[in-house]
Amino acid sequence: MSKIENAFQNGSAFIGFLTAGDPNLSKTEDYVLAMADAGADLIELGIPFSDPVAEGKVIEAANVRALKAGTTLSKVFDLVERVRSKTQIPLVFLSYLNPIFCFGYDAFFQRCAQVGVDGIIIPDLPYEERDELLPFAQRHQVHIISMIAPTSEARIKRLAQDASGFIYLVSSMGVTGVREKITTDLASMIQTIQSVTDVPVCVGFGIATPEQAKTMVQSGANGVIVGSAIVKIMEAYGEQAEPYLRDYVNHMKASIQA
Amino acid sequence: MSNGKFGMYGGQYIPETLMNEVIRLEQQYEFYKTDPEFCQELQHLFETYAGRPSLLYYAEKMTRDLGGPKIYIKREDLNHTGSHKINNVLGQVLLAKKMGKTRVIAETGAGQHGVATATAAALLDMECEIFMGKEDTERQALNVYRMELLGAKVHAVTSGTQTLKDAVNEAMREWTSRVQDTLYVFGSVMGPHPFPTIVRDFQSVISREAREQILAVEHKLPDMVIACVGGGSNAMGMFYEFIPDDLVQLVGCEAAGHGIETDKHAAALAKGRLGIFHGMKSYFCQKEFGQIAPVHSISAGLDYPGIGPEHAHLHDIGRAQYVPITDQEAIDAFEYLARMEGIIPAIESAHAIAYVKQVAPTMSPDQIIIVCLSGRGDKDVAAIARHRGVSIHE
Repeated sequence: MSKIENAFQNGSAFIGFLTAGDPNLSKTEDYVLAMADAGADLIELGIPFSDPVAEGKVIEAANVRALKAGTTLSKVFDLVERVRSKTQIPLVFLSYLNPIFCFGYDAFFQRCAQVGVDGIIIPDLPYEERDELLPFAQRHQVHIISMIAPTSEARIKRLAQDASGFIYLVSSMGVTGVREKITTDLASMIQTIQSVTDVPVCVGFGIATPEQAKTMVQSGANGVIVGSAIVKIMEAYGEQAEPYLRDYVNHMKASIQA
Repeated sequence: MSNGKFGMYGGQYIPETLMNEVIRLEQQYEFYKTDPEFCQELQHLFETYAGRPSLLYYAEKMTRDLGGPKIYIKREDLNHTGSHKINNVLGQVLLAKKMGKTRVIAETGAGQHGVATATAAALLDMECEIFMGKEDTERQALNVYRMELLGAKVHAVTSGTQTLKDAVNEAMREWTSRVQDTLYVFGSVMGPHPFPTIVRDFQSVISREAREQILAVEHKLPDMVIACVGGGSNAMGMFYEFIPDDLVQLVGCEAAGHGIETDKHAAALAKGRLGIFHGMKSYFCQKEFGQIAPVHSISAGLDYPGIGPEHAHLHDIGRAQYVPITDQEAIDAFEYLARMEGIIPAIESAHAIAYVKQVAPTMSPDQIIIVCLSGRGDKDVAAIARHRGVSIHE
């Protein structure tokens, strides 16, 4: 059914995030291909939103840049269509719910399937509300990626049991953004998750350095997700970011491969 | 109510990080709302601290001037801190304390909810941090200092449009980073379930009193009840106990800014579309592809792109009507009420007064209107003076 499982064929997965349209859509296309080439196993593409309430300052600013550059959801779909003619790397969207709702659930997932989007992460869609989308996502064979948080506690098993694609384990409280230290007891959460499902577990929020990535994998994670650290490279180098991006992805992938 | 939905509106569209917390909040609220000790403590605070019951004032001069129905004004402006906001925060901060929280956070637009939250936090010994759009901290500088006097820390939010919507974003971000000891005290009947219900219940004291008061003096129910609507907390409070009274017309006044034919308004029902934002499904002012639109109102408290889910439901089933009122109509009503009745209304509440001015002449003298005066206008005097080209130093 999915290309997502291919992301876990090559050891622990490195998942890199880009805000679509930051600094512009044509650069995003180049950067997706560059990340794939540099060793990323899955690309997470953020659909820019006016009010990204789960994001910290860095990704919020990227959303603003992308919207200023004229990025729209239909242009992002077109971008994925172009990317798909050049790479088969697994690809998921990150989007807030309103742009999806506004596009129409059926039309949205149909277009995802058409252009080759394998899954979607929706930060403001908890387990309790996902039934309104799930039939459409399933009809078009797009995974809704379940998020599990440090506060999930007794909910973990239920969320994990019904997960598909991969599980996004949120490392820390709060919003996205680089953190010096991650203090959550992830190993025991990962154990709980893996006791009920074979769906791979990837840890995100706050991961920036190869050491942090390595620690996550040692805790049992099947992959790491890096957002803000990559978006910082975009912020610093904009249209000239490609060599820095390649270098970064290379290092990160190497750190979890060993 | 089931699943936190009002018809198709409401719900809990929030990050997983907050789910256990809102579930726990709902359980605790369900327990405390019928707990005699909690109810007694809250009632005591209402009576001895907030100044409840608030007056239902017969505006005789205004009635004569408009030549229609008898006009009664529910004086929420006379509450401690100067608006209806105190009803909700006393309830929520007391609830937070019972839940073992030591810190409250809140968003504020005009500053009324921020001041009320800071006040309740001071009284009940809670840490307090308030998020306020930077533009609003400038429009309402006096309220910022007021909150600081009360011991709260005020964060000026510089993201997005720097107004109420962005203050909510930032308060939600803060809550996800610290839920253990902190309650996010929502200021309106919005956000994820159970907030729209909790806030409505605490605000419904307005209509509970008003219904008794009008029956005591007029021996009949009003024909029309009017309130301004941003998120919609004073309106929900003013409507709630009248909802079963089919013959009582309920009217909410939305901020039409420069006019709903322009793009400078905050009229979510008149011009918005169905959407999902800030934890709830409701109507929102949006642009193409579901981006939330920047909105405008002269009133910082109504300058919000959405409306509470229960209002969306009342609108759909036709139980309440919602009308747009422009900045200029609100300013005229602000000045009108000051001269006519010697009452300076909040510019938010002036939207409701503006509709009274429009509708009263079409009604008959044997009818009755109750309008909710949700807040007092001291905070707006400088801005109205500026609007009229008068420069005054606060």
